[in-house]
Amino acid sequence: MSVSHNLTYKKLEDRSKITNLILRYLLYIILILFAFYFIFPLYVMLVTSFKTMNEIRQGNLLTLPSQLNFESWLVAWGGRGYGAGDTYLRPFFWNSIKMVVPATFFSTFIGAMTGYVLTKWRFKGDSWVFLFILFGCFIPYQAILLPMARTLGELGISNSVFGLIVVHSIYGIPFTTLFFRNYYVSIPNELIKAARIDGAGFFKIFFKILLPISAPIIVVTVIWQFTQIWNDFLFGATFSFGEAAPIQVALNNMVMSSTSVKEYNVDMASAIIAGFPTLIVYVLAGKYFIRGLTSGAVKG
Amino acid sequence: MVALTIKDLSKSFGNTEVLKKINLEIEEGSFLVLLGPSGCGKSTLLNIVAGLETIDEGSVLIDDYDVSKVEPKDRNIAMVFQSYALYPSMTVKENIIFGLKQAKVSKNRIEEQLQKVSAFLKVDELLNRKPSQLSGGQRQRTAMGRALVREPRIFLFDEPLSNLDAKLRVEMRHEIKKLYTSLKTTMVYVTHDQVEAMSLASKIAVMNEGIIQQLDDPQKIYDKPNSLFVADFIGSPSMNFINGIIKKESNSVIFNPNSENEINFDLTHYEFISNIENGQKVVLGLRPEYVSNSENSNKYMKKLSLKPVIIETTGFDKNVTFDFAGIEIIGRFSPNSGVELNNNHDVYLDLSQISLFDEKTEMRI
Repeated sequence: MSVSHNLTYKKLEDRSKITNLILRYLLYIILILFAFYFIFPLYVMLVTSFKTMNEIRQGNLLTLPSQLNFESWLVAWGGRGYGAGDTYLRPFFWNSIKMVVPATFFSTFIGAMTGYVLTKWRFKGDSWVFLFILFGCFIPYQAILLPMARTLGELGISNSVFGLIVVHSIYGIPFTTLFFRNYYVSIPNELIKAARIDGAGFFKIFFKILLPISAPIIVVTVIWQFTQIWNDFLFGATFSFGEAAPIQVALNNMVMSSTSVKEYNVDMASAIIAGFPTLIVYVLAGKYFIRGLTSGAVKG
Repeated sequence: MVALTIKDLSKSFGNTEVLKKINLEIEEGSFLVLLGPSGCGKSTLLNIVAGLETIDEGSVLIDDYDVSKVEPKDRNIAMVFQSYALYPSMTVKENIIFGLKQAKVSKNRIEEQLQKVSAFLKVDELLNRKPSQLSGGQRQRTAMGRALVREPRIFLFDEPLSNLDAKLRVEMRHEIKKLYTSLKTTMVYVTHDQVEAMSLASKIAVMNEGIIQQLDDPQKIYDKPNSLFVADFIGSPSMNFINGIIKKESNSVIFNPNSENEINFDLTHYEFISNIENGQKVVLGLRPEYVSNSENSNKYMKKLSLKPVIIETTGFDKNVTFDFAGIEIIGRFSPNSGVELNNNHDVYLDLSQISLFDEKTEMRI
């Protein structure tokens, strides 16, 4: 009886081992395929950017360049050095930096404040206020273009980096508020009560007690805002032109408006340069991103 | 001298009335425990005393001064919270002195106070640690240090031991009692744990549904609960209740349980028996320790033969549940009483220790 039982168990064990092994290999194969699929465009962009136009015309997308040719990178960044029609990224890159840093800072800060008030200084109708702010997340960009253009015009800050900072700061508030509200909701109210008894006021509680423990959600918000604002094309194209344009608009102008031959190697190098800062932010702070999104209550 | 007075205090959240005209006076140096089930309004009352909740009606007086509109920090109180509420980004030291720094106390004085308090609470080794590096008990001590360092007129405790495990809870309870004995400062303590309440309090206020049901010293509350609610809430296992009817005869008063016509309890001796009418429906309450297997010299013992249905061993005694005509009666038996499941056993009810409640009003007679 027991012997036959043991045999059956042995058989079942062997069978499940084999199934597990097959499934595991299958899983890895699928994952590797997906990895290739995702890395493929970046690979093509990279190799193309290092090729000369002659090599590109031969039509082999996947071959490595015969030699590392930095020419196109230099052209994309600094131009060819002759007068009219020479578009290159450098000034627009700095435009974008000048726009993204303050806009990210202000939208994050305002979101943190709003989230703090909505969770720790509850007032009548606060959930309605939050609902309306949240509504901002769902308004399509296109819907606010006209009113915003008019507002910027009235304020006299259209076609300026400053104007774009204002637009992005305001448009970011719904998202940043959402992030911070959800984070602060999980922080016990007793913390605020204790601080009030200790004599700390509205701002002191925010700066001394809440902000120091907000690092995870600040990272999330900064990454989110930085990426959104850096990658934005629509606001940039609508509210600025010429010298005040951010990098995405300049990239478009470069690629779309070249009159002569299409220089794929320069286009690719430009695209990579334009995407580089967000990549850096992700690499540096990416691990906090997931941690921040999933972090719950603060223990202790 | 009265340290804290609460006058006609009412509070509602939306449509729910949390506190209904509470009146309370606490003598200086006494330890008041607000005891009640969750949702009875005890924490709200404490928060109002602290100034963390607004008042709808009535007033709070500390040392005869109306503080209803005074900020929490200026009320001369300190509070210890259930979740400890230590500031996570600050060290133990920073946590303790945060309040003093806000109050712009001089550096020397802060240092002096810190030394005194941290030595007293045995956290002086931990001053540079963050709350996340502390054990539950150490966090609790730090939270108490933060309260102590302010040298308040009144300490407020909001279920400070609920987050600790059973063993540590008893230890910290002991510490709090020690703290109270050495400081003799007025303390108000909120809990739902009746053992905590009994062991700490000099006065207990049992609350239910926004009303103080009874305010008395612990022993009085235990022995002479003034309502069915208090009788049921205090004591573990809780009091036995038998519904029945009173029959008055020429020179004796008899209690007849509803479920058992054959058995009568002679209650002629009950001190307020003259307040009871013939035929009045009452509830007889008797604590488990007066349902036992020992027949002592007391002449009010009532002997019954009952069937044990559940036996729970606690170590120092056995809680035996008997079936008394469909009603469960719990008795405390000595561990070596030899009581066995389903075998009828002699049970002695000490009728000198009963409480009688009116069935309708649920108040003590």
